[in-house]
Amino acid sequence: MSHGNMNLTLKIWRQNSGSEPGQLVTYPVKDISPDMSFLEMFDVLNEQLVAKNESPIVFDHDCREGICGMCSMVINGRAHGPKTGITTCQLHMRSFKDGDTIVVEPWRAQAFPVIKDLTVDRSSFERIQAKGGFISVNTGTAQDANCLPIPKDDADASFNAAACIGCGACVATCKNASAMLFVAAKVSQFALLPQGKVEATTRVKNMVAQMDAEGFGSCTNTSACEVECPKGISLENIARMNREYLVANCVD
Amino acid sequence: MSKLDSKIPEGNLEQKWTKYKSSVALVNPSNKRNLEIIVVGSGLAGASAAASLAELGYKVKVFCYQDSARRAHSIAAQGGINAAKNYQNDGDSVYRLFYDTVKGGDYRAREANVYRLAEVSNNIIDQCVAQGVPLAREYGGMLSNRSFGGTQVQRTFYAAGQTGQQLLLGAYSALQRQIGLGTVDMFTRHEMLDIVKIDDKARGIIARDMVTGKLERHFGHAVLLCTGGYGNVFYLSTNAMGCNATAAWKAHKKGAFFGNPCFTQIHPTCVPVSGDHQSKLTLMSESLRNDGRIWVPKKQGDTRKGNEIPEEERDYYLERRYPAFGNLVPRDVASRAAKERCDEGYGVGASKMAVFLDFKAAIERFGKTQAKKMSIDNPSPQQIKEFGKQVIEEKYGNLFAMYEQITGENPYEVPMRIYPAVHYTMGGLWVDYNLMTTVQGLYCLGEANFSDHGANRLGASALMQGLADGYFVIPYTIGAYLSKEIAVKPIPTTHEAFAATEKEVQERIDKLFAIKGTKSVDHFHKKLGKIMWDKCGMAREEKGLREAIQEIRALREEFWKDLRVTGKPNEMNPELEKACRVADFLELGELMCMDALNRSESCGGHFRVESQTEEGEAKRNDDNFSYVATWENKGNNTYELHKEDLIFDVVHPSQRSYK
Repeated sequence: MSHGNMNLTLKIWRQNSGSEPGQLVTYPVKDISPDMSFLEMFDVLNEQLVAKNESPIVFDHDCREGICGMCSMVINGRAHGPKTGITTCQLHMRSFKDGDTIVVEPWRAQAFPVIKDLTVDRSSFERIQAKGGFISVNTGTAQDANCLPIPKDDADASFNAAACIGCGACVATCKNASAMLFVAAKVSQFALLPQGKVEATTRVKNMVAQMDAEGFGSCTNTSACEVECPKGISLENIARMNREYLVANCVD
Repeated sequence: MSKLDSKIPEGNLEQKWTKYKSSVALVNPSNKRNLEIIVVGSGLAGASAAASLAELGYKVKVFCYQDSARRAHSIAAQGGINAAKNYQNDGDSVYRLFYDTVKGGDYRAREANVYRLAEVSNNIIDQCVAQGVPLAREYGGMLSNRSFGGTQVQRTFYAAGQTGQQLLLGAYSALQRQIGLGTVDMFTRHEMLDIVKIDDKARGIIARDMVTGKLERHFGHAVLLCTGGYGNVFYLSTNAMGCNATAAWKAHKKGAFFGNPCFTQIHPTCVPVSGDHQSKLTLMSESLRNDGRIWVPKKQGDTRKGNEIPEEERDYYLERRYPAFGNLVPRDVASRAAKERCDEGYGVGASKMAVFLDFKAAIERFGKTQAKKMSIDNPSPQQIKEFGKQVIEEKYGNLFAMYEQITGENPYEVPMRIYPAVHYTMGGLWVDYNLMTTVQGLYCLGEANFSDHGANRLGASALMQGLADGYFVIPYTIGAYLSKEIAVKPIPTTHEAFAATEKEVQERIDKLFAIKGTKSVDHFHKKLGKIMWDKCGMAREEKGLREAIQEIRALREEFWKDLRVTGKPNEMNPELEKACRVADFLELGELMCMDALNRSESCGGHFRVESQTEEGEAKRNDDNFSYVATWENKGNNTYELHKEDLIFDVVHPSQRSYK
C-alpha cells in the first residue's frame, strides 16, 4: 500500500450558507500520496476535521469517475483544476508538488448561488432543460430504430455534443458567467439529428429565453469555456446554436 | 408460502405478457389525473418510469439525493444495452436473449420475467432513438452492435463507452419535458428516509431536504422505489459515493421482503486498489474484453513489466480454460479466474493483486486492416501501431483516458492492470410479476429489485432492465393496483401515520447525534467493507460467513456506542447523510452473510468454496436451492426465510459451461 509523502497547504472557501459571508480558510495536510485523487485528499482532510470535532468541508461529488457532473471546484483559479479534459474527481495528486499551496473555491456565478462551502445551486440548468432540451415523443410511439438511417458523421457529431455532463465549468470559467456552451451542446445534439428538426425553432428560442431569464451573462467569444470543458465540448456548438437561433427568429 | 404470490400469468411463456397486457385493468384518463405516484430515484428505472407515468396522466413526484436527476449512477454505465433486434443477421431472437439471460443468471431467475424483458428490449432501442439518443452507427446510417460476455451474437447497442450516460440523458430529457409541462414535481437534494403505511398499504414517504435538513411528508397512492443497488455495503465498489440501500432497507423493515441478498456481482475488469486512501473503484467496461486479451505471467512472482515478458511466457488463462468463449466468459467466471491466478501467486503490479488486460494484439490487427483500407501495401510497424491506436481510440478513447488519469500509465503503450471489484447487486426487494413488493402499493424497479438476473447479470443487461421496468412494464402493471384505488382521495399528510413515521425518523437522527463518540462514519464503513470483501466476497465458506456475522454484530454495537456525527441535524450535513446510510448497511451486511450461509450451493456470482466441480467451477444444487431466498424482517435483526420455488417450463437447467 502506498504511503504519501506530500505536504500541502490548502486554502479553502468556507461559507455556512448563501446568506452569510464566506472566507478562505487555511488547512495544512500531510502525508498525501500522489496516487490519491484530489477528492480523496479532501476525504483525508475531512477525517482530520471530524477527529477535531469540527465541521467537515461540504462539496458536491458522487460518481468519482468523471461522468456524473456533480463535482465542481475551482482549483488555483481554474475550473476542475490545472489539467484539461478532466473533472475535479479525476484530478490526482501527482499533478501537484510537495509544498504546494492550493486554493479551492466554488463555482462563482450569479445563476449558481452558493449553498454551503464549495457546493452551489445549479438548478438553473434544470429549468433550461425543461424548456426544450428534449424531443417530444411519448413512450411507446416510436418506429423501428433502423427505419431512420442517420449518417455516421451526424450521429458522431451529435454524440460529441451530447457528451456534456452539465457540470457548469463553462459558466464558472466564463468572465461573463455565460451558459452558452451548455445550452448550445443540447441544442446541437438535437439540431444534428433528423428527429430533432421538428421542434428545432421552438427549442432554441425557449431554451435561450430561459437562459437569459436565469441571469447568465452574454457570450463574448473568448472560448474560455471550451478550454476548461472536461468533455471537450466544441465552440462550434455555440456557432451552430447562433445559426439555429437566427433561423428560428427569421421563421417568425 | 402464501405470502409470496409471484402472480405470473397463465399460458405459454411466449404469450404471457401479450395476454397480460390485453387483460390488465385500466385506469381511465380522468381518474389518472387524481392518482398520485411517488418515484424515489431518478436513474434509468426512475426517470423512465416517472416520465412514462406522467405522459399517461398520473400526477408524479420524483425524489433524488443528487442536485439533478441526470446525475444518478446509471450515468456511469459504459459498455452498452442489449436488445434482440437481430440487426446483425447472426441468429439472434427474443428467445435467445431470454435463454442467454436465464443461463447467464445460472438458472436462478424467473422465466416469465426474463422472457418479458427480452420481448420489450427491442422497444427500448426504438424509444431511445426516437428521443434523440445518439447511439453508435455504421457508415450506412444503421445502428452498430458489439459483443458482450456470455453471448455468441452481437446484440449490444452502445454510444462509445458512455452508453449509460446517453440513455440516462434520454430518460432525463423525457422527465424534464414532463417537469416543464407541470405533470412531474421534482425534488432534488432530497433523501427518502422512510415509507409511510396506512392500512397496510404504502401511502407515502418521509424525505429529508438535504439543504435545510427539514423532514418532509409526501403522499402517494403508490410508491415506486428505483433506488439502485447496495454494492456500497462493501465500501469499495464501482458505485457512486452516494449510492445506498436506505430506501430499500427502510421498506424492508416496513414489510417488503428482501430477495437473494447475497447475490453480488464482482466485475472482472476494474482499476486495482492503489492504497488505503481509496474511496471508490473504477470500472473498465466489459466491452474492452472484445479486443483486449487477459493474461498473467507463466512464472509465479514475475516482477518484469508487462511489455518485457515475451509471448511464450504469458498465460492467457481465459482463452486456455474456456476456448469457446475465451475472454468473453461471463463476469462471475472471469472474476473468479482472476482471483484464482492471483491467489496462486501469478498476480502483477505492486500489490500482486492484478492481471493484465492487453491491447497489443488488437492494435496490430486493427492497424493492418486500416492500412489495407487505405491501400498502403507495406505499412511500417510504426504506421500499423499508429493506425491501430486510432481505431482503439475511437472505440474506447474515454476509457483509456480514464485509466491513464487514475494510474498515470498509458494503456496504449503498456497493458492495463485490472482486478475484480464489487459492481452490481442482483439481489434486492422481492417483487411479483407486477413489480410490486410484499407491501401493497409499494413497487420496486431496476437494480433495486431482485428479479431478472438470477445469480449473475450479463453485461449490458442492467440498462436493458432499468429501462424495461420504467418505460414498458410499470406503465401497464401499475394499473392492476391503481384501478382499485380510484375512489381513494389523497390522504392529508396530517394523518397520524405520517406524524408517527416522521417521529420515528426524527428519533433515529437524534439518536445518531446523541452517541457523541470518537469515530467517524467512514471508519465504520471501511471496517464493514473489509469484513464483507474478505468473507462474503468472491469466495464464501461456512466458517468465514459465521465469523462475519459475529464481526458485523460487534461492529454495529460499536457504531451505536462510539460514532461521531459532527454538525447539526438542521443543515446541509453530509456526515449525517452517511451515518444514516451506514447504519442501514450494518444491518443489510449481516443479512447478506446469512443468505450466503443459507445457500450452501454455488451459483453465478455466489461461490461457496464447499460447492465446486473438480475443475473449480461453481456447482449448483438444483434439488435443494432452485428457489428465491426471500427474507422477512421480524425486527431486532431477526429474519424469517420464505422460499419462492423457481419452475423452469422451457429452459432446462444444466451445468453452465463456457468451455
